[in-house]
Order: sequence, then C-alpha cells, then structure tokens
Amino acid sequence: MTEQRNLLTVRDLSKSYRLGGGFFDAREGTVRAVDRVSFSVERGRTFGLVGESGSGKTTIGRMIVRVVEPDQGAILFAGAASQTIDLAALTARQMRPLRRRMQMIFQDPLSSLDPRMTVARIIGEPLRAVHGVAPGDLRDRVAEVTELVGLRREHLDRYPHAFSGGQRQRIGIARALVTGPELVVADEAVSALDVSVQAQVLNLMRDLQQKLGVTYLFIAHDLGVVRYLCDTVAVLYRGRIAEIAEKRDLYRTPRHPYTESLIAAVPPPEPEDGPAPQPREPAALDQAPDHEAPAAGCPYRARCPYRQEICAHQEPALRAIAPGHSVACHFDLQLKGI
Amino acid sequence: MSDLHAAPAAADDVSWSQWKLIRVKFGSHKLALVSIWLLGAFYLVALFAQFLAPYGTWQPSPYAYAPPTHIHFFFHGKFVGPMVYRTRIESDPETFERHFVVDASRPARIHWFVRGASYRWLGFIPSSLHLFGVEQDAQLNLMGTDILGRDCFSRDLIATQISLTVGLIGVFITFVLGCLIGGASGYYGGVVDNVVQRFVEFVTCLPTVPMWMALGAAIPASWSNLKVYFTITVILALRSWTGLSRQVRSKLLEMREEDYIVAARVAGATDWEIILRHLLPGFASYLIVNLTVEIPRMILGETTLSFFGLGLRPPTVSWGVLLQDAQNLAAISTYPWLMFPACMVVVCVLAFNFLGDGLRDAADPYKE
Ligand SMILES: Nc1ncnc2c1ncn2[C@@H]1O[C@H](COP(=O)(O)OP(=O)(O)O)[C@@H](O)[C@H]1O
Ligand SMILES: [Mg+2]
Repeated sequence: MTEQRNLLTVRDLSKSYRLGGGFFDAREGTVRAVDRVSFSVERGRTFGLVGESGSGKTTIGRMIVRVVEPDQGAILFAGAASQTIDLAALTARQMRPLRRRMQMIFQDPLSSLDPRMTVARIIGEPLRAVHGVAPGDLRDRVAEVTELVGLRREHLDRYPHAFSGGQRQRIGIARALVTGPELVVADEAVSALDVSVQAQVLNLMRDLQQKLGVTYLFIAHDLGVVRYLCDTVAVLYRGRIAEIAEKRDLYRTPRHPYTESLIAAVPPPEPEDGPAPQPREPAALDQAPDHEAPAAGCPYRARCPYRQEICAHQEPALRAIAPGHSVACHFDLQLKGI
Repeated sequence: MSDLHAAPAAADDVSWSQWKLIRVKFGSHKLALVSIWLLGAFYLVALFAQFLAPYGTWQPSPYAYAPPTHIHFFFHGKFVGPMVYRTRIESDPETFERHFVVDASRPARIHWFVRGASYRWLGFIPSSLHLFGVEQDAQLNLMGTDILGRDCFSRDLIATQISLTVGLIGVFITFVLGCLIGGASGYYGGVVDNVVQRFVEFVTCLPTVPMWMALGAAIPASWSNLKVYFTITVILALRSWTGLSRQVRSKLLEMREEDYIVAARVAGATDWEIILRHLLPGFASYLIVNLTVEIPRMILGETTLSFFGLGLRPPTVSWGVLLQDAQNLAAISTYPWLMFPACMVVVCVLAFNFLGDGLRDAADPYKE
C-alpha cells in the first residue's frame, strides 16, 4: 500500500488520562485510554473501529480531528497536493486551515446540536470558520447540503428540538459535509437511534460516500453496524488494537478471542443489503482493575476462555498473519481449533 | 415509515426560538406573572417617589406619632371629592397626654398637582411638584407620622429608591466578580481552577454577619451618605459573588462537555467564537434566573445592616433606616404604621422569589 492510497495513517498513537486530577486527590496513576495504536485508512473507503465502551474509540477519533491532544504518535494526513502532513505536530493555529478537510459526526444527535441555533446556522458553522465565504454562497451551500442529506429547505429556519432523532442526525451529517471534507469521523453515529432509523441513516451515509467519495472512520461498539458499512475493521480492546482485517476476513476467520466474542454477540448474518439490529453495548467487566493492571501480560487474559501460561507473562504484539490481517494474540491457530 | 416526515410533538412550535418557548412557558406561571407586574410597580414608584409623595423626607411637624389620616368624600351629606379634616393637638391638663382632635367643621380638600417640598428628580432635575397634597395648615398622613411628625407615607415611598437600587449596584458587582472568577475557573481548569476554588472556599467560610458588622463599623461616621451607600454595596457584593462563581464554573464545565462545543471546535471556531456563539447564549437565561435570586438577597442585606445601625444612617431613608424606628416593642404596638416598610420588604422579596421560580422553570424549555 502506498501512502497515496491512504488518506490517513495513524502511527503509535497514545493518550493517557490522569486518574482523579484534583489537587488533593489521593488517587495515583493514569489510564492508558489509547495505547500505541496504528492503522491506515484508504481514501474513499470506510474504516471501522470497534470496541466496547471505554476502549478508547472516541479518544482516537477526537485525536485525529485534534480536539484531544495526543501524548505521542503521528497522524499522517495525505493532502490533496500529495504531500503528507503530520497533524499531531501542528499547532492549533496551523491546524485551522485543515479543519474543513476533516469533520465529525457525533453519537448523540441532540447534544451535538446547539439548541439555540437554527438548523441553517448549525449547518453553516464549519463554513463560517473557513474565512472568505460570502454570505450568499454560504446560504446556497447550506441549502444544497441540506437537500443532499434528505432534509427540506423549510427545515432550515427551525430549531433542533423540532426534529426527530433521525432528522437530527441528518442535520449533524449535513454539518459534517458542508465544507466538502475528505475525512469524516463518525463516532457511534447511529448508536443512539432506533433500529429502523439506523438503517436509513446508514443507507444515507453509504449513498453520500458513493456520491462524494468521502472517507469514513466509522466508530461503533458492536460488529453488527460495522458489517454493513465498513471495508476494513480494527477491533479495539482497552486502548489497544486486538485485531485488524478486511471485513470479510474478520467475520469469516476471527483470530482474536475478543473478536470472536463480539461476533457471537451479533445475530446471525443477514444478506449484505441490510444492517443487523444492534445488540446492547456489552458491559465492560472489571474495568477499573484491568486498566490499572501491570503492563505485563495480555490485557484480555482475564476474560479469555483460551488463556495459557504465556498470556500472564508476555503481552502479545500485533503481528501480521495474512495479507491485511493482523492480530495481537499469541496463538495464530484458528481459535476453534485450540 | 420514513423518520423524515414523522411530525414532531407539537406541529406549530417547530420554528419557535428559545426565547419564545421561554415566554410561553413563563406565561403559564401565574404567580410569577403577578410578581413581575408588582415589581414593575415597585420600580415605577421608586422612579417617581418624590413626585408621588405629598411631603419630603425631612419635613418635621408638631404632629408627632399622628395616626393615619382618614380621607372623606362627603361633607354634610354632599359629595365633594377627597378631603381630610384639619386636626388640633390638645394636652390633657392632668396627665399631659397629647390628643389629636379631629375638627369636623374644618375640611381641607386634597388637591392634585400641588407645589410642595422641593426636590431634585433623579438627583439633578429641580422640582417641587407633587401628585397630591393639602393646604399648609392641614395634615395628610396616609401612613401616620414618626417621632418628629414627619409623614411616614412619603418616607416609605422615597425609601424604595435606595432600597431597590442598592440591590442593583451590588448585584452588578456580584455578577462581574462571579462571572469573571467563575468563568476563568471553569474555562481554564487545572491549576487556575484549583487556586480559585480554594479561595472561594476561604471566602465562603467567613461568617457573614460578624464580617458585615466589622466592615460596617469601619465606615467612618464622617463619610457622606453617598459614600456609605456605595461602600455597603461593595461590602455586600464582596461576599456574595462566591455562590454565583461556583454556579458559573460548574455550568461552564458542564457545557464544555456538550458535543456541540466539540463540534464547534472541530469546525475550527476559535475560543472567542465559541464563547460568544455558544456559551454566552446558553448562559443568558441562566444568569437572568440568578439575578432574581441575588437582588432580593442584596435588599435584605441592606435592610439588615441599616436596621442594626451599621449601614445607611439618617437623614438618608431606606427601608432598613425606617425600621430602626420600629425597633422596640412599645413603638410597634402603639404606632403599628411604623412597621409598614417591613411589609414592603416582605412583598418585594417574595415577588422576586416567585419571579425567580417562574424563570427557573422557563429557562430550560427543552427540559421535559
Ligand atoms: N477527559 C477524560 N478524562 C479522563 N479520562 C478520560 C477522558 N476521556 C476518556 N477517558 C477515559 O479514557 C478511556 C477511553 O474513553 P473513550 O475514548 O471515551 O472510550 P469509548 O469511546 O470507546 O467508549 C475510558 O477509560 C475513559 O474513562
Ligand atoms: Mg465513545
């Protein structure tokens, strides 16, 4: 894979949060929310990031659009002029001209829309931040995007509270697309929606990708939704990549026990034309102790049904076992065969 | 089964702005509506107090502790309009007790727009016009008189000026301090937040009444009333910003977590744009609610200080100053009209509280 084909390459991205954080807080230590994560996203395709709640998905997404500062690592963004920029090395000021090229869709369609703004102002906000857009052009562009996402022009003067959940998410999508971005980070874009509405929004996102050639980094907490939209999927566990593969390979031959358990949680596969209904977000078991566990050993061993001696001593590195298929497990056997 | 055309709950409120929603919701709160009219009336009275009052604040007369004057409309069975009877003072030759003897043969018409005690309206426009009054040799004391024979009704009206505005200046200072300090704390977080919060805790720990008394006592007796007045507002404000600063801080911390703020940052908006476009509008309704809570607290604070003789002093009149005359039980039982300023304090503070309740309910129209 050349750098050209990849719109985004993330290398060794890490982020820790201090526990507590108060002046007089007795709690010590840090949470490694994201731990040396690397992956590449191909231009015009959809990269899925899957993991249970607290696995660091949101943190990764927000580091890429630089609203959370990475501790270390590189975020290589391929410019249109074929030169690659490391976003992680830019200052906030240097970042500003790049903002219009990457946008974000949020999980909670209500919380992500300012209740005091009309739809027109909400959708126009990213354009206003791009200097030198004439007011007339701004209005035209907002109206154009509004129709693109299936809303009507008369919706523009209304306030978010007047819309249903699915419509609100369309407003959020319109806002993300108004500057014509190359990359859109969709952070659990459909998780808060009803199942029937989920399908509509996913269809819309797929249609828009075909029309506009936009690249998605699609974040979800289960594999059901990802199956419908994504080309490549990375499974995240406690801030680390457990497995990364083309979608077909991942579903057919999962190599990591965590991936296997995620697939087991999804209802039997449907034909490719519709997303599976989403199961409940799996509760993270014994999260706190595990996060603070010593670095040695496999992070998944406490929940792993296949664990062996070695898992307690040595952390498995992410290694390629087939073209485009990597797994962070000591055993590259087919799981069912162990 | 498209979600696109699913009608929202109320079809005709789709393009209502936040302010319209607030107005509609506020309108359904009857007590708050009454309160807003009542407070409007209070402030109108304060604005035109000298004009509405038949006398000035410092017009002594021999009629000390005269009870409220009765107003009559009929003279010898004939309607003549509002009038009072002239009153004589007689002393009991044995007990030397004074009596007010109403002389029913000598009526005095109440006249509209009369010339009387001169005053400066708003502090600088000289005038002597009063809405109503009687001739010099008659007495019109709607609320009786005090120990020096001054008209209590006039003094009560004029006292609203100081009592209602001492609150405003104090609240203004409270708000500037509360918003700046709380805002910095919430916006910058980290070390700034920690230092500010410890300071707030320290200020909160200072006992209120002793602190006021100490500071109030430190005001030199030689100072002009204006200077005293200003110092009191500052003293009141220096203590009361802490509550607001904490609320501003936590509200800011809460709003910072909202996705629409993150969305604005992803869009490339600068800190200032975020503050002006998202944080301040989100805050405005909240601050208004807080105002209605702070103002009555300031009014009560001034009244308390002046009542104890630590705040404003005569000849300035405020509700607290007037209530100094009602400090002993004998005065209250014999001359109950001296308590009227206390009624005004209660009504005013209650009205502010009801208004605050109504606004609080209305301020967040999206909360179900
Ligand atoms: N601002 C923050 N301060 C402290 N800890 C945080 C913060 N944001 C996230 N975390 C922690 O980082 C971990 C990953 O969080 P997140 O990226 O939100 O996960 P996900 O989106 O997969 O649910 C969690 O353990 C969470 O508690
Ligand atoms: Mg998340």
